Amino acid sequence: MSVKTPSKLEKILSEGHLAVTSECGPPRGSDPEAITKKAELIKDHVDAINITDNQTSVTRLCSLAACIRLKLMGLEPVLQMVTRDRNRIALQSDILGAASFDIHNILCLSGDHQSFGDCAQGQNVHDLDSMQLIQTVRHMRDEGQFLGGDEIKRPPRMFVGAAANPFADPFEIRVPRLAKKIAAGVEFVQTQCIYNLDKFEAWMQGVRDRGLHEKVYILAGLTPMKNVGMARYMKKRVPGMDVPDEIVDRLAGTPKEKQAEEGIKICIESIQRLKQVEGVAGFHIMAIEWEEKVPQIVESAGLYPRPKVD
Amino acid sequence: MIVADKKPVEEIIGYLKDHKSILILGCNECVTVCEAGGQKEVQVLASALRMNALKENKEVKIEELTLERQCDHEYLEELRDVIDQYDAVVSLACGVGVQFTAEQYPSTMVYPGVNTCFMGATEKRGLWTERCQGCGQCILATTGSICPVARCAKRLFNGPCGGSTAGKCEINAETDCAWQLIVDRLKTLDHLDQYEKLCPIKDWSTDRAGGPRKVVREDVQQ
Repeated sequence: MSVKTPSKLEKILSEGHLAVTSECGPPRGSDPEAITKKAELIKDHVDAINITDNQTSVTRLCSLAACIRLKLMGLEPVLQMVTRDRNRIALQSDILGAASFDIHNILCLSGDHQSFGDCAQGQNVHDLDSMQLIQTVRHMRDEGQFLGGDEIKRPPRMFVGAAANPFADPFEIRVPRLAKKIAAGVEFVQTQCIYNLDKFEAWMQGVRDRGLHEKVYILAGLTPMKNVGMARYMKKRVPGMDVPDEIVDRLAGTPKEKQAEEGIKICIESIQRLKQVEGVAGFHIMAIEWEEKVPQIVESAGLYPRPKVD
Repeated sequence: MIVADKKPVEEIIGYLKDHKSILILGCNECVTVCEAGGQKEVQVLASALRMNALKENKEVKIEELTLERQCDHEYLEELRDVIDQYDAVVSLACGVGVQFTAEQYPSTMVYPGVNTCFMGATEKRGLWTERCQGCGQCILATTGSICPVARCAKRLFNGPCGGSTAGKCEINAETDCAWQLIVDRLKTLDHLDQYEKLCPIKDWSTDRAGGPRKVVREDVQQ
């Protein structure tokens, strides 16, 4: 796949390296150090850092401002943008704002429902859905036009990403759904956290059967478990998450003080196995409020040092 | 039909505390079917208000009437000769009926007696569910006759989202995932190929986004 943007992430993927991305959740306050400190912990071990956009619908410092913080540190942000909170005017406007700071990666999402967050009585927007946001960014970038048709002076140059969840239902449309996102113009996807590796591999088989792995870069998503409580919570309470019993049992069978270490070990083993899967182009390591563990995971999984690209 | 739900009696009592002569006005259409504002509910509310007046030792006249419809001038005319006897009306019609009644009788206070909820259907007695949001540009032809605008919590045109689990929506386990229903139905119809067609960006100007709407049909106007 040829390079279309100045994105470092795109360059790394196009050169055939296994990419590594991670994410930082912005704080529930305005202290910039909450972002810069997290970024410092992981910056040498990842190629790009996602900044989440009011994840789980809990109000936080905005994704765009946090991405600018990363840019000021000389890092490569991935701007996550959900369609829940903004209409097409605000979305296009924020895309231009990000482009003005030369933010070159965007992840287009619909966003968790607001009933999960701190503003359950709020309205949701969903003027566009995630696929239509993908189309919007591609239109702005490739045609140099707003959705309304007017010309954009200095259009955004963004590598366009989206999420893919191989584990949500109905499973039979999970591959067609990726095909649909590709048709909308997506260039990379980061998957939901993978714990059920067999199911992920079955999905990847379906992806390869249709040759989709040659049309989009697939970054396998991983989140290390901190303890058995987290595993049980994710299994039972987080929609679209598939945590097999063997993961829960393995952590439950580990002494409490060693569970965190075991969680990291499971994560590293998963990466080792997924490295062998044809079509996996990299890893997206979401160590939720546990960023300090990312370097260890990346190094132990044999993904360090990170490649240097111009 | 338009589905409504009863308002708490305490809320209605709160509106009426300064009124001495009150008409409880039912509607014989949708709100009768969904058992929120028909003749029966008018009787129940009137009794509750009379008991409350008795308890508070207040002298209040409370009368009952149920019209065929409150969204038609013709039926609202039935009030013309009696409306002056009341200083307030509690309309148990939908929000349309409340407003239309108020428009006809500008010098009488008209209060809502129900919460108007949605356009829906009777699944069984006591259970009404939403089907349509009146977006003004029907897309059911492309979604297996199941509406994602009304039935997907994120109104996704290209769903389902990653939160669909075992046929249910991420917001709660009682809500069906609209996109699971769409996929199942497209499969039954042998039209799953339709799923991969991207639904284009919606023109919301025919929805409430475009401002208050009207349908003008000159061919049937007299």
